[in-house]
Amino acid sequence: MSTFDTIPQTKQEALVETLLRLADDRLIHGHRLSEWAGHGPELEEDLALANVALDMIGHAASLYSYAAELEGKEDEDHYAYFRDDIDFKNIAMVELPKGDFGFTIARQFLFSAFSYFLYQKLIDTVEDEQFNGMLQKHFKEIKYHLRHSREWVLRLGDGTEESHRRIQDAFDEIWMYTGELFDLDDADREAIKQNVFVDVTEFKGEWKELVNSTLEEATLTVPDYDQYMFSGSRQGRHTEHLGHLLAQMQFLRRSYPDAEWK
Amino acid sequence: MSNNSTNTEWPLWEVFYQPKDGKPFEHAGNVHAPDAEMALQNARDTYARRNEGISIWVVPSDQITASSPEDRGPFFDPANDKPYRHPQFYSVPRAVKKRK
Repeated sequence: MSTFDTIPQTKQEALVETLLRLADDRLIHGHRLSEWAGHGPELEEDLALANVALDMIGHAASLYSYAAELEGKEDEDHYAYFRDDIDFKNIAMVELPKGDFGFTIARQFLFSAFSYFLYQKLIDTVEDEQFNGMLQKHFKEIKYHLRHSREWVLRLGDGTEESHRRIQDAFDEIWMYTGELFDLDDADREAIKQNVFVDVTEFKGEWKELVNSTLEEATLTVPDYDQYMFSGSRQGRHTEHLGHLLAQMQFLRRSYPDAEWK
Repeated sequence: MSNNSTNTEWPLWEVFYQPKDGKPFEHAGNVHAPDAEMALQNARDTYARRNEGISIWVVPSDQITASSPEDRGPFFDPANDKPYRHPQFYSVPRAVKKRK
């Protein structure tokens, strides 16, 4: 199924689409975090970022493997390694280069806060037991990601002059990519109708409240919500960065398709 | 590690974890962290990622008072020649042994 404006027709197609959208966000974000391994600002934070990366890639793997089961694909690797950038359904925010530590933390906080509300609502809505079980398992880890990144936003914002300037720059830079978190397209609307996804705009207020109160406590300025917002990634219109990321991530698997862990 | 950090070294914290309900806390090691909350999170990421425990304490390392190597003689040697301090002369009833 190619991504461009294909609307799922059945409940199963809607479920697969939802699984892939959630998984793509998490795989790409997790991959960006993994780029910190060995480059963290402190040994302890290096470990923390790698742990979050592993959590997120783990979430993606379980979502992909369920999609593979439903679609009759061999395994989750099909989605991670053998699709091109146009077929990835992640939002642009997660594919942007990792930037400095401030940028990584700002992105983690905004995305984890969104995931926190999204998962809460999904757990209340989704009837599919296997999917709901995954969501509940991931939710525990998302709570920790939110706590960790939020504490860092507070410390960087209310820290030194340099840390304040850098994290403020990060929020200003990433802001135009936050619009996509709450974009709904026809595929989403079909998935909502089939009870396999939720209307994300319903918790936009709560998300904003958490973001605003955190940034204020961190002595940061909340950027303008009404500025120009990037959109279109879920339909395959990505930034230039995704292709470079995939080239690195997929190279080994595609060059040596039969390689195995020994 | 990147060297453009503005931190001089963060303070050191000793980490203790409780393996199970009711068990005593055990020393796991230490972490660097700017404050108590981050010490707790770093301790979790460093020492409790593989189901090692159910609860963590972090304590600023400089708040721990420790005996010094010279104290070894006066502190611990006297125990060696006073076997009567050890409750080893009682025979433990079988029923009690079994319960252990």
